[in-house]
Amino acid sequence: MALLTDLINLNLSESTDKIIAEYIWIGGSGMDLRSKARTLNGPVSDPSKLPKWNYDGSSTGQAPGEDSEVILYPQAIFKDPFRRGNNILVMCDAYDPAGVSIPTNKRCAAAKIFSHPDVLAEEPWYGIEQEYTLLQKDVKWPLGWPVGGYPGPQGPYYCGVGADKAWGRDIVDAHYKACLYAGINISGINGEVMPGQWEFQVGPAVGISAADELWVARYILERITEIAGVVLTFDPKPIQGDWNGAGAHTNYSTKSMRKEGGFEVIKKAIEKLGKKHKEHIAAYGEGNERRLTGRHETADINTFKWGVADRGASVRVGRDTQKEGKGYFEDRRPASNMDPYVVTSMIAKTTILTE
Amino acid sequence: MVSSTLNLTDTTEKIIAEYIWIDGSGLGLRSKARTLPGPVTDPAKLPKWNYDGSSTDQAPGDDKNIQDSVPHSIDELYLLFFSPQAIFKDPFRRGNNILVMCDAYTPAGEPIPTNKRFNAAKIFSDPDVLAEEPWYGIEQEYTLLQKDVKWPIGWPVGGFPGPQGPYYCGVGADKAFGRDIVDAHYKACLYAGINISGINGEVMPGQWEFQVGPVVGISAGDQLWMARYILERITEIAGAVLSFDPKPVQGDWNGAGAHTNYSTKSMRNDGGLDVIKKAIEKLGSRHKEHISAYGKGNERRLTGRHETADINTFSWGVANRGASIRVGRDTEKAGKGYFEDRRPASNMDPYIVTSMIAETTILLKP
Repeated sequence: MALLTDLINLNLSESTDKIIAEYIWIGGSGMDLRSKARTLNGPVSDPSKLPKWNYDGSSTGQAPGEDSEVILYPQAIFKDPFRRGNNILVMCDAYDPAGVSIPTNKRCAAAKIFSHPDVLAEEPWYGIEQEYTLLQKDVKWPLGWPVGGYPGPQGPYYCGVGADKAWGRDIVDAHYKACLYAGINISGINGEVMPGQWEFQVGPAVGISAADELWVARYILERITEIAGVVLTFDPKPIQGDWNGAGAHTNYSTKSMRKEGGFEVIKKAIEKLGKKHKEHIAAYGEGNERRLTGRHETADINTFKWGVADRGASVRVGRDTQKEGKGYFEDRRPASNMDPYVVTSMIAKTTILTE
Repeated sequence: MVSSTLNLTDTTEKIIAEYIWIDGSGLGLRSKARTLPGPVTDPAKLPKWNYDGSSTDQAPGDDKNIQDSVPHSIDELYLLFFSPQAIFKDPFRRGNNILVMCDAYTPAGEPIPTNKRFNAAKIFSDPDVLAEEPWYGIEQEYTLLQKDVKWPIGWPVGGFPGPQGPYYCGVGADKAFGRDIVDAHYKACLYAGINISGINGEVMPGQWEFQVGPVVGISAGDQLWMARYILERITEIAGAVLSFDPKPVQGDWNGAGAHTNYSTKSMRNDGGLDVIKKAIEKLGSRHKEHISAYGKGNERRLTGRHETADINTFSWGVANRGASIRVGRDTEKAGKGYFEDRRPASNMDPYIVTSMIAETTILLKP
């Protein structure tokens, strides 16, 4: 089908100034990504210059049929790695016609927290480690696993190489380059402990952009798995038994933590997180209780503990940070299906705005 | 290796023109190509051509006259001619090659019965209609089917996918089927010079939509037909079958429509909302006539469920997807704008629908 690829890869900038903008939003489940495209008269690089749009909220569980228009507000622009040229991806959030954010819009509240003067002053940085599992279409069994059976036990797969150890690398590598092309701050990738599971990291990114970038990275990943004919899942415990779950460890630091004496600031912040453990856990992703068991490099969901270089803790502080007396820490509790708007803003709120 | 993407401009001035017309069914597209000595941008400068109407169900009579510029001999009894009406760049052959949208006439120059463009062009050149500069935005929905089984792509053969919900604007191998075709079509249309304004995945899996517009008057019909042609050429390449059936699968699955957005100069100016309401009233008074011209099989689609209004009922509302006519919130707020006729089926003829809306709203006296 060389001719179909020719058309998909047509470089339009030779024949028109028009560009295509793919508007992306989060649907009614809080996890389903949706998108549609529109033509614009010329290149745009500033989200505030993009037109608002609307969609049929009754088809995504976000509005009734008699009053179905939900309005999309463009918030962040990225280069489109699929259409290339001057075409763009636009991360949006959703409002009703009166300008009120709809209930599933978590970005709006996060943006408020991130524009609080105390939070702005602390310049919060985030590095999110997004784990995910690839499944065979139709059977929904992990990629590379024998249908009706299991691969050999965990051990050889973490960062593994070889046809019997690494499954789906094409998708992962395509995603890495596509994200870099798009302008996402993707900092790395690795094969995970469970075969068919992978991880990419986004960061360090400041404030609200961490979540914008993570959502667009998720979108690009699902577009790529769609092309590959593979199903993407962010389920935190896709296979029961002696198989790792999938998380979204969130690394975090503030200006004070990155400066001299930062280690003390870190310890105080961790204490504050400990006091609000239940609230955080409730917002850290559905189904997390299947994953946070205290085994498979997790801390039990009902326990809050922290430690240096301790992968069995809720919060882990790296040896580097301990040695230098400043740096960042890793909240290992969020599940892979967490909403980064919720998690990043909650961590900022608890550690900066709470006494 | 010789490929169909060879760039001829290095070796010759000649170009290839693909002449496209609508056949006797009113929905089927046909085309054939001819060589021209050099690039052409004005349809009036293109030669008229002819085709064998007996093969496309359109032979109206036994006229024996043969016009000039016949490139090869054909059965005289069934000669029909087409007049080039609009030129687009050919996204398949590229270079200076072109696609030509045509309509069909007898050798005596009479439009044949299945030529709906002719009458539409008359309406659009009426001075009252010209003065109102009617704009159209058409939302063409369509379904992709697996070749051979004619079951929607991505659907398990002999079964059904999970219920509607995840597919509208969806992403992922289990939610979006056929995006390659849709994306190739988007760029191909932009390349061709069609005013394609967007695309989205639809509620029923395997169903998609593209929008053409805003386009003025008769060119809305020309551009939509050309976009349909390009789409079917692309599905041909992809090995999928294209369907414009308004209700391809019975049951709890959405149908396919061709919602037609419309405005006139008066509607776009201050005070337009009142003009809009009057226009909607006129449409309401001719509901039956419009419905009968809005596509075959529409009664299977306009049931009152699945975001449609019942075929026998005429209703309108702001932001109401269950109405026959929907007015957007923006239009209501600004007091001017456009409205959406949600009644036309995906297999409607845009020449008929666009000109009928203009005729009813502009030429019909209340």
